[in-house]
Amino acid sequence: MKITTPLNNEVVERLRAGDKVEISGTIYVARDAAHKRFMEALDSGQPLPIDPRGQIIYYMGPSPAPPGKPIGSAGPTTSYRMDPYTPRLLEQGLKGMIGKGNRGPEVRQALKKHKAVYFAAVGGAAALIANSIRKAEVIAYEDLGAEALRRLEVKDFPVIVVNDIYGADTYEEGKAKYKRTSN
Amino acid sequence: MREISCLEIIDTVARLCIEANYYLGDDVLEALRQARENEVSPVGREVLDQILKNADIASQQSMPLCQDTGVTVVFLELGQDVHITDGNLNEAINEGVRKGYQDGYLRKSVVDRPFSARINTRDNTPAVIHTEIVPGDRLKITVCPKGGGSENMSQLKMLSPAAGRQGVIDFVVECVNRSGANPCPPVIVGVGIGGTIDQTTLIAKKALLRKLGELNSDPELAELEVDILERANALGIGPQGFGGTVTALAVHVETFPCHFGSLPVAVNMQCHSARHKETIL
Repeated sequence: MKITTPLNNEVVERLRAGDKVEISGTIYVARDAAHKRFMEALDSGQPLPIDPRGQIIYYMGPSPAPPGKPIGSAGPTTSYRMDPYTPRLLEQGLKGMIGKGNRGPEVRQALKKHKAVYFAAVGGAAALIANSIRKAEVIAYEDLGAEALRRLEVKDFPVIVVNDIYGADTYEEGKAKYKRTSN
Repeated sequence: MREISCLEIIDTVARLCIEANYYLGDDVLEALRQARENEVSPVGREVLDQILKNADIASQQSMPLCQDTGVTVVFLELGQDVHITDGNLNEAINEGVRKGYQDGYLRKSVVDRPFSARINTRDNTPAVIHTEIVPGDRLKITVCPKGGGSENMSQLKMLSPAAGRQGVIDFVVECVNRSGANPCPPVIVGVGIGGTIDQTTLIAKKALLRKLGELNSDPELAELEVDILERANALGIGPQGFGGTVTALAVHVETFPCHFGSLPVAVNMQCHSARHKETIL
């Protein structure tokens, strides 16, 4: 299935855990340090540097762009580290996240409540993913280097729906399907 | 006495940093192809296809295999008859890392003040350097960029000696199980058994450098590796955690004698992007 950002409820309602999706359009990039700054901004009543409504945040810190390329290697980082910050961003209208690895119960609950989706990209497929990124720019927190807030233009970025708005989890389902009992 | 110049060490380390991050070893590629053949889950096979395709793109386009180009772990085997000239050995290693990470467009992922300000050192130094003095007049350098995702899933436990073989297996398998999708499976599981806590973790990490496809030469340890691998792959986690029969490519166990009241076990998880390059000067 192909989807284009920004996302609305109608799109999100169609996505089911396990679906293979190709994302095109604008997405934002933030990982640990940028999320910490988002929270500091919200705590002090400051506006976020981006309007999260309908948007997707990709948990990623790219390698430096070599000459002639918009970005270096650009695979997902592990998502659970962003769990403490995620429900507040979902409250602000964030509709999707791309990362890898399991999310905690609070995040999964918040995904249902706020109708948002968690996608996984293939960790370590960073050179392959970079080829689906057409444009990249730092838009805030430049001092954070690889952890700065970025805006990307992507074309057919391949991901899988892990957690949908109905509470399903593709990791749990996949594991249960292939689990074998051994001694 | 044989002289080795720091200038040569700097250039060598820089080159190894770049090569390790751009090119997977033939043994790792072969293990991934084998995994692609053996994996039962269709999604798992697609993930492995992407991983193999990624390795092609990285080497063809001279790009890092993974954006996480890691903390740079460097193993040195320094012959006791070597005389290092033109500078300081550890500084030369760090200068090589600085140069390699700059010239190779590798990500600088190291922060100082780890529990507070977390300030990026901007050049990926300091490297973690393990130096062993060995007979001879050569210097063997192994550069191993270690990603954070799999390192974060690693564990150490001081078992009671009564836990025995089964206790070791249960601890290692539970570590793989709890890691789930986080360490980027299919993983390589480095296991250190015995020693003191520092030694246990070090041999677990060194176990990751062993060529994939080779079991431990000690039959008892080889049997343990086979048994743990079987249990790990029965968990169902599969490639990237989407479910499947290949959760681990290999389990490598190393041991060291320990205190008669101790049974330390360390598990060092390694993602499928198992990167290390070595050379001998």
